[in-house]
Amino acid sequence: MTRKQRRLTLIGVAGCVLAIALGLVLYAMNDTIVFFNSPADIQAKNLQPGTRIRLGGLVKEGSVQRGSDQQISFEVMDAQAAIQVSYKGLLPDLFREGQGVVAEGVLVSPGMFRADSVLAKHDENYMPREVADTLKKQGHWMGEANAAPKTQ
Amino acid sequence: MLVEAGHFALALALGLSLIQFIVPLWGARAKDPVLMAVAPASALAVLACIAFSFLALTFAYVNSDFSVLNVVQNSHSAKPLIYKISGVWGNHEGSMLLWVLILALFGGVVALSRNSIPMRLQANTLAVQASITIAFLLFILTTSNPFTRVIPAPLEGQDLNPLLQDPGLAIHPPLLYIGYVGFSISFAFACAALIDGRIDAVWARIVRPWTLGAWAFLTLGIAMGSYWAYYELGWGGWWFWDPVENASLMPWLAGTALMHSTVVMEKRDALKVWTILLAILTFSLSLLGTFLVRSGVLTSVHSFAVDPERGTFILGILILFIGGSLALFAWRAPMLKQGGLFAPVSREGALVLNNLFLASACATVFIGTLYPLALEVLTGEKISVGAPFFNFTFLPLIVPLLLLLPLGQTLAWKRGNFLGTAQRLYAVFGIALLATLAMFALEHGGPVAAPLGVGLGLYLVLGSLNEIVTRSWSKGTPMAVAWRKARGLPRSAWGTAIAHAGVGLTVIGVAATAWGVEAIGSLKPGERLNAGGYEVRLERVVPRIEANYREDVALLTVFGSGRELGTIETMKRLYVTRGMPTTEAGIMTVGLGQIYASIGEIQADGSIGMRLYHKPLVLLIWIGSLVMAAGGALSLTDRRLRIGAPARAKAVPPTAVPAE
Repeated sequence: MTRKQRRLTLIGVAGCVLAIALGLVLYAMNDTIVFFNSPADIQAKNLQPGTRIRLGGLVKEGSVQRGSDQQISFEVMDAQAAIQVSYKGLLPDLFREGQGVVAEGVLVSPGMFRADSVLAKHDENYMPREVADTLKKQGHWMGEANAAPKTQ
Repeated sequence: MLVEAGHFALALALGLSLIQFIVPLWGARAKDPVLMAVAPASALAVLACIAFSFLALTFAYVNSDFSVLNVVQNSHSAKPLIYKISGVWGNHEGSMLLWVLILALFGGVVALSRNSIPMRLQANTLAVQASITIAFLLFILTTSNPFTRVIPAPLEGQDLNPLLQDPGLAIHPPLLYIGYVGFSISFAFACAALIDGRIDAVWARIVRPWTLGAWAFLTLGIAMGSYWAYYELGWGGWWFWDPVENASLMPWLAGTALMHSTVVMEKRDALKVWTILLAILTFSLSLLGTFLVRSGVLTSVHSFAVDPERGTFILGILILFIGGSLALFAWRAPMLKQGGLFAPVSREGALVLNNLFLASACATVFIGTLYPLALEVLTGEKISVGAPFFNFTFLPLIVPLLLLLPLGQTLAWKRGNFLGTAQRLYAVFGIALLATLAMFALEHGGPVAAPLGVGLGLYLVLGSLNEIVTRSWSKGTPMAVAWRKARGLPRSAWGTAIAHAGVGLTVIGVAATAWGVEAIGSLKPGERLNAGGYEVRLERVVPRIEANYREDVALLTVFGSGRELGTIETMKRLYVTRGMPTTEAGIMTVGLGQIYASIGEIQADGSIGMRLYHKPLVLLIWIGSLVMAAGGALSLTDRRLRIGAPARAKAVPPTAVPAE
């Protein structure tokens, strides 16, 4: 093999691997990415049932109901809308009524959401950033100082 | 007073770093040995100053000096001593101080190995290293000063985030930082070589141990972080494809590629330009990781405080160093001469493939991690790129790499024979295939991925060790001779085989997670929950009070195949100072697998939610990582890497010959 052929082989192989990588990424981008939505977004965008989303908002006070066998349902709301969420499993330590939550799962109907994970948050002061942004946009944010009197 | 001295020492270190940056660079240019000799001296002085500063902060923590803001925010007098010490880096300011301490530590070691590194290279390297130190010291002093006082001093501190009150905090960040920051040395060497315009096999020989060392520590750091998340978060997962984890995985992938391409450069004087670029990219990814974790663009347990000013500052550092080094690369790289030739089918060719796959895999992780951030900035749309994306893109790029790994390790340099090499692995391949088929037969329609993955892992382990066997044993060789031959093989050959076998062990552990069983239930005392042939019985729930938290402890008895295996405890804790609840998982190790239980809230009727897992072979994930790091460490002790270090001989004092 000449030097040129060797170089061409190398470039060819590199091109193939990179093309495969690119193809995989583009395909996965269409298929595996999950959009974040607040309850108001779901109404506004008129999302189809069966869509996989991340839902974020506040857990409505008094809405948490526990069924048998770790079946739990609660309402997630923002300033404009609310949606019923069902979930089977253990809730994260920092899950509380009136606090922010992010759940990932499937929209069953426009007013019903089935979560397969409810995200555990790491800090007692921490409002999920997506939720905080939504609330700020809707003018319902109390400000860091009120929400978290003991910021680091 | 000591606190002020620590603050002053940090400022002094900044001044000394400026000297370490400017004078040696000038000296190397003017070929002035006196000016170049300033580099090691100033590097050691910088190390001394930063170490003093770090000790001063540690002292404030140990003595619970609540007149220091940083201590107030992250410590508590009732906290156990180990968490007072590890709490030093359990916060933003302290962890940045640890970062520069390790940076200075590496500079110090380079300064001390003056006999194995040519003077000009050392001077330039230390100057580049100093420029990084300057940037991060400025960052600490202007935006994240750990020595700020509070007046009046509060009586008690606000305690450390409970999730961080764990022995993991004492181990994980230092290991990870040694890895992260260790790549700064490869980076500094690359930039120094570019400044000098001379890059050859000697350069590769000097740089390789540093890369290898940093890589081994990063491996340990990531594995430790993964195990910590596994037992602390109570979710039973060991890798979440969380952006913060990806931030450490990217430099690891690039560093792994760098480690392999340096071998080619050292042995065959080829792949120079690529190796230099990789050294720059690896550290750039380390910096990017620091930015992602420390700037607050991501919210997680790692981002201690969100402060836009800090984010902007680190972004500035990021742009300066990545942009600067790449510009230097673009300017100087075309001057590098082409190195040794090799056929596509050869050890070099295999290592090029290794680099290609690793770099592509790294690129997919990069896209998956940064795309959501970019999209949010550009369109305001919020998305999450999670495990499905990475499983879909990362695995197809890593699996071929793993399949080729034993082959590449066996191929000859320069020009290899593919069929001949494959023949040497027939037996290994056969055993792995038979094992896979046997597992399929035994599991009766269980998950498909598990037997395939375990078979792949087995093939990797056997294939890696096969290299040692074929090099020391052939038909008819007596065992004693073979053993002697095997022991006589270079340590780097053993290191390679062991590290690759470690990859195989990790693959087995990861694949076996598909056999894991999860059960969720709600239990009253006396009731049982079953998961995958194991059963737990809830005995009782008892409250307990400790110095800085109180907890409800669920006592569980574990049964396996009808026998009682023992008891485990899983807790729901409440850390009083922060009012923050945490869950502590109860774990029992059975062989290489684990029974993992964690509890939810206690209900009004006295029942308690419980999540129970059986995770077969899960320990192999981390054992494999330890083996990988051990292989790296073994390679480090290879004789070849110590050659060219005549320091030892020189350091021996002239023997006092007794007068005759």
